[in-house]
Amino acid sequence: MNKYTISGSPHVHSTENTQKIMYRVILALVPALLVALYYFGWYALRLTFVSIAACMLTEWLIQKFLIKGPLTINDGSAALTGLLLAFNVPANLPIWMAIVGSIVAIGVGKMAFGGLGKNPFNPALVGRVFMLVSFPTAMTTWPQAQPIFEKGFFADAVTGPTPLGILKESGVGSLAETGDMQFLDMVLGNRGGAFGEVCAIALLLGAIYLLARRVIEFVTPLTILLTVFIFTGICHLVNPANFIAPWYHLVYGGLILGAFFMATDMVTTPMTIRGKILFGVGVGLITVVIRLWGAYPEGVSFAILIMNAFTPLINKAFKPYVFGVVKPSKK
Amino acid sequence: MNPIKTFPRGGVHPEENKLSAHQPIQDFPMPKQIIVPLGQCLGAPAECIVKKGDRVLTGQLIGTAKGFVSANVHSPATGTVAKVDVVMDHTGYYKPAVFIDREDQDEWIEGYIDTDELITDIKLDSKQIIDKVKECGIVGMGGATFPTHVKLMVPEGKKAEYIIINAAECEPYLTCDFRLLLEKTQEFLVGVKILMKAVNTDKGIIGIEENKMEAIELLDKTINAHRDLYKGIEVQPLKTKYPQGGEKQLIKAVTGREVPSGKLPIETGCVVVNVASTYAIYEAVQKNKPLIERIVTVTGKSVKKPGNFRVRFGTPADLLIEAAGGLPEGITDVINGGPMMGKSVSVTNFPCIKGTSGILLMTLNEAQDRRQTNCIRCGRCAMACPMGLQPFLLHKLAKQNNFDETETNHIMDCIECGSCEFTCPANIPLLDYIRYGKAKTGAIIRARNQK
Repeated sequence: MNKYTISGSPHVHSTENTQKIMYRVILALVPALLVALYYFGWYALRLTFVSIAACMLTEWLIQKFLIKGPLTINDGSAALTGLLLAFNVPANLPIWMAIVGSIVAIGVGKMAFGGLGKNPFNPALVGRVFMLVSFPTAMTTWPQAQPIFEKGFFADAVTGPTPLGILKESGVGSLAETGDMQFLDMVLGNRGGAFGEVCAIALLLGAIYLLARRVIEFVTPLTILLTVFIFTGICHLVNPANFIAPWYHLVYGGLILGAFFMATDMVTTPMTIRGKILFGVGVGLITVVIRLWGAYPEGVSFAILIMNAFTPLINKAFKPYVFGVVKPSKK
Repeated sequence: MNPIKTFPRGGVHPEENKLSAHQPIQDFPMPKQIIVPLGQCLGAPAECIVKKGDRVLTGQLIGTAKGFVSANVHSPATGTVAKVDVVMDHTGYYKPAVFIDREDQDEWIEGYIDTDELITDIKLDSKQIIDKVKECGIVGMGGATFPTHVKLMVPEGKKAEYIIINAAECEPYLTCDFRLLLEKTQEFLVGVKILMKAVNTDKGIIGIEENKMEAIELLDKTINAHRDLYKGIEVQPLKTKYPQGGEKQLIKAVTGREVPSGKLPIETGCVVVNVASTYAIYEAVQKNKPLIERIVTVTGKSVKKPGNFRVRFGTPADLLIEAAGGLPEGITDVINGGPMMGKSVSVTNFPCIKGTSGILLMTLNEAQDRRQTNCIRCGRCAMACPMGLQPFLLHKLAKQNNFDETETNHIMDCIECGSCEFTCPANIPLLDYIRYGKAKTGAIIRARNQK
């Protein structure tokens, strides 16, 4: 007699899975990658390839020989970490540094905690911050964006400071003098910086795709951007000579990349809407504080990592409202 | 038509797959022998009152309710009791059942009114109606099989303001309630009136998902055509969203009231009854007919002729599958009910009972458990939970046998709708663990209350 499968309900499942989510994020980063290739040429390509390969290899080696568990290398999460890591560094970073950064990102940032889903901090940012404190010079020597048809695909890039660097070094006035104030250039990516973060338009294009596919929610990015805008806006109103207009802060540095692609990482950010709002406000405030008064010109990575640390607490404090449970009235 | 309403939190939208929506109800012929399980309702099984060799009539009582939450069982056919034995029912356990060798002609019990004409005049009063419902063994036929008379007995100090008819049929695939609404519209509406009379209210609301527009329009038209007869009955279209037909979700959607955690729906002044049960109540009260048959949807993507059949209880499911074009190739899952809350059965010859709303056949491809990966803490389960719970947390706590925290995290409020597991991108069997945690936590709570 035929025996049929016994399993608990539900017997149907949505077609969503982790792999699809990861590959969608990777796909959403492709426009920014293409812009990076246009401005930084061979260096960007080389770095992207190396850090993705290094991240995937690190994960595979650890799973194969240390954990001896199932191999989840095709789930796309290691590749995504590699891609994000590459996006966060200068294009002309020496290859070996990128490899070290990748090993730290995956090895320390992710696998040490037990792999996907168990890491408290965003692995790509762990790798980036490790590199920033270990190789401070290389990590802050920013190549300037220069279209490849002007200089050739393999040409060395001219290095120069990022807008935020100029701002930190010599204040608002000098930025106006060097002509780096062109808002349009900032949005299009024609500036110095980590190669993935320069083009706001390309990143927003990817973000819209992710929002449409419901991979990310708008709550966290929106609160981050709003917080930064309001905070820097107040500073600008108080003292326009010292503080640049808030809209520049939105497109400078890695804010867009961080807000839409790192602060929305599911693993390391809060789950409920209220938690996401608190997280976003925190990231925004810390970013602005570091940018305006800190030692580093840019603070998005630190801000996200610091708020990552608060995520378990936020999750505990902000639980969803349970159906039919009356909140105890305050006495 | 009233504006469309819905419950506010969570929910998912599985593929609807209402394959048999346009198949009229067919009377299904009974086989030579029928096997009537005595446990056909939530709660205690009925106590057998017939023995081998007894001749029973159609509609004759063969099992009496034992305990408060229990329902009578009647003979669905005329014949001789061959034996009282056990049979593997849809739960997969061997349960006591009455085996009846059938005679060709139905000989009905005394008092049965054999007519297809609509009887609109309700002669019984509230108490008599509830007694009749109890006597006829009527249970919630959406699948949970909770005895209906218990629901209708409004506790002292409480008032039933609304009778809400659960016509959401939010389970994918199932179409038995939809067909009944289309084909027995008037009988159904009289049934609603009977229910309203039973709990002394003048408001009856039929909650129905908007993917059954045909039924919504027909009900609206019928009510408008007989305004005096169906006074107080309203049709409330609902958004097509699972679990719209969950009792608490339905009440919230229709009235905006929330059933307090751990309490019964009557706290909100609502009594919710299923469509098939309402029709059964019409037949019981107006025609003196006990609950001995129901509409069963036999369906599945690979089933040749999905259909809706009027089936006497005790008919083995494999005969129905034959009638729907035979068992297709590659079927690995046989489900009693719908795909979201139905139970999988290991055999195809289980007898149909009061809670068999559908027989769903699925292939490996459709129903396979996908490979489980790590939780990525995306929070989609919490977003999908219509009760506002955190399934990922309950799963973890249940796995750790941490039943103190499962309780404080409201595990007992879980309605087991399966939305969390449906939506989980890591394919974690969330609901399996939550059910386990619920059973354990419930046992601890009961033990504590007894002290």
